[in-house]
Amino acid sequence: MTFPDYHVPEMINAIATLGMMTLVAGAVLAWLGRRLAPDDDSLVERINQVLPQTQCAQCGYPGCRPYAEAIANGEADINQCPPGGEAGVRELADLLGTEPKPLDESRGEHKPPMVAVIDEDRCIGCTLCIQACPVDAIVGAARMMHTVIEAECTGCELCIEPCPVDCIDLIERQQPANWPRPQPIPIRVREATHA
Amino acid sequence: MPETLPGDRIFSFPGGLKLKHHKQMACREPVRRPPLPERLYVPLGQHQGESGELLVAEGDRVLKGQPLTASGDDFIVPAHAPTSGTVGAVVQHPAAFPPGGTRRCLVLDPDGEDQWCDPDPLEEWQKRSGVEIIDHLHGAGLAGMGGAMFPTAAKLRGDWPDLHTVILNGAECEPYIACDEMLMRERPEAIIRGGLILARAVGAQRVVIAIEDRMGAVRDKLEAACQQIDTDGIVRIVQVLTIYPEGGERQLIQTLTGKEVPHNGLPQDLGVVCHNVATAASLRDAVIDGRPLIERIVTVTGPGIKEPCNLLALIGTPFAHLVEAAGGYQGKVTRMVLGGPMSGTALASDEIPVTRGANCLLALTSEQVASTGPVMPCINCGQCVSACPAGLLPQMLYRHLEAEQYDRAAELNLADCIECGCCAQVCPSHIPLVDFYRHGRQELIRRELDERRAALARRRFEAREARMEREKAERAARRKAREEKLKKPDKAQDEIQAAIERAKQKRQPK
Repeated sequence: MTFPDYHVPEMINAIATLGMMTLVAGAVLAWLGRRLAPDDDSLVERINQVLPQTQCAQCGYPGCRPYAEAIANGEADINQCPPGGEAGVRELADLLGTEPKPLDESRGEHKPPMVAVIDEDRCIGCTLCIQACPVDAIVGAARMMHTVIEAECTGCELCIEPCPVDCIDLIERQQPANWPRPQPIPIRVREATHA
Repeated sequence: MPETLPGDRIFSFPGGLKLKHHKQMACREPVRRPPLPERLYVPLGQHQGESGELLVAEGDRVLKGQPLTASGDDFIVPAHAPTSGTVGAVVQHPAAFPPGGTRRCLVLDPDGEDQWCDPDPLEEWQKRSGVEIIDHLHGAGLAGMGGAMFPTAAKLRGDWPDLHTVILNGAECEPYIACDEMLMRERPEAIIRGGLILARAVGAQRVVIAIEDRMGAVRDKLEAACQQIDTDGIVRIVQVLTIYPEGGERQLIQTLTGKEVPHNGLPQDLGVVCHNVATAASLRDAVIDGRPLIERIVTVTGPGIKEPCNLLALIGTPFAHLVEAAGGYQGKVTRMVLGGPMSGTALASDEIPVTRGANCLLALTSEQVASTGPVMPCINCGQCVSACPAGLLPQMLYRHLEAEQYDRAAELNLADCIECGCCAQVCPSHIPLVDFYRHGRQELIRRELDERRAALARRRFEAREARMEREKAERAARRKAREEKLKKPDKAQDEIQAAIERAKQKRQPK
């Protein structure tokens, strides 16, 4: 029985070379993997971009960014934001690569954009709403009339609850005039022409 | 400055349509003034913008030309009293935009005397700086009279060192509109002077008046007027081909310069600025005579009008009054259009008042409006692509907009659509393409607004969080300092002792 004519030193050489190349490539890849890993912060940032920034806390977190952090950590579901509505859930699902799900109705219902309005005759100047406002959109001082800066109000409703004289109302935000969306073309025209 | 100035050579733009003209029917008689209406509804604001601070109160008597509103913002165009009379309330009155909606209008009951206030001309405009002229134009309520009503002062303001040409747009390409043609026939001198003032305001070396090659008589009139006025030879009259939409600002600039206005850019980037001829004439009135923009020529025409004509109407005149002055309706009018048949807006009511941009009132009967066939699915034939003067892909835009994919439509440059209607005209499936684009463009604007608002809320939320964090830290620091103090009993004792001494000393003198 004869062995094939192996060139043992050359074989060792080849194995060593390939081994070294694999090691180097592996090290580079490992380093790159660590270096370019999806940044948790940037994920939070991207989720936060999708959220409507109402800061209403209906999701159970104190604001949009905390909710974005909770989603990124897998603690919260994507359907807890009523101001974002179904469209917001879809966008989040797109971003995270999951299936969209219906909005969690127990958190509240989706409403058109609203703004808070203070009935200035009834305001007693207690400053409770100022402390509640998450975006500092209410101006006023103790025992002075308060008012809402309309451009900065997000319609989060957080000021309604603390008001002792119930002088804050939510009204629908005036939207710029828009051209109505034309009716989509019905599919049945095709059948009608064939008939 | 380029070697060849706009107007030396004629170029062309892609797409467009050759349309049958119907201008003659309204051009048989000279422009005339209709009788004063019983009540005027002066619009307070145009498009998205408002008219600024109201200067008059209900019951005030105003003179013709007196300012009704004032503003310091170029984009908020002041309104003036179109005639003398008594100011009424501010009411919500039907408007052309939003479709079927209303806008704030100031009621003015004319007293029939039509008494002018003191004119406010800009003396010696040849020696004035650009800024002075532009401020004067803003105060006189000038806005683009070609239809879009873009504030003239906002268009002129800014430092454009390379601006070399003022283009006056007399290429009125919509089939029925004839108000600019009539103006060029009757007041060529005013247009040329207006062009010279514009050239002074922006520091341009040339004024090009662009007219269509079908307007034969107009050219002679303009050239004769040029001879009479000392223009330094900077005014040039250029005839362009009658192709719709030649009168579109970007298309006309492309025809005259051979260059496309860049996407996201302005005509000023090519060294030109484009104004309607009617704006130029009103601008001359504002600077030389000191009369603000309170009237304009409106073409009242169409098969549904008894005596089609051009009327010099006061801003705020209800359209119904103009129709009456034109002999009334005839036949079964089924649609009223503001503007031309291609790019105009269907009106929900004839009570809508004349605005600065109301160039034409078109009454169509059922024959013209009758649909040419049922709306069918898109077959990707590509006819809209070859007709599009903006070089877009109308069928792709339509596909995305029908699926409410506004972002994709925006990627295909929906914002560059000029809403000329060529694509819908040639569509063999009769799809109302322009309606989709109008909706889509405004939806994009709305989304941008929402995004900006969200960004603001986010910044404010984060600022508040940071502030609360800082206050918490400050409180903690103060508490810590107190605790530290209490930890050293003798030092605390000393302080207490010192306080007692102070109190004693205070009491002793008494």
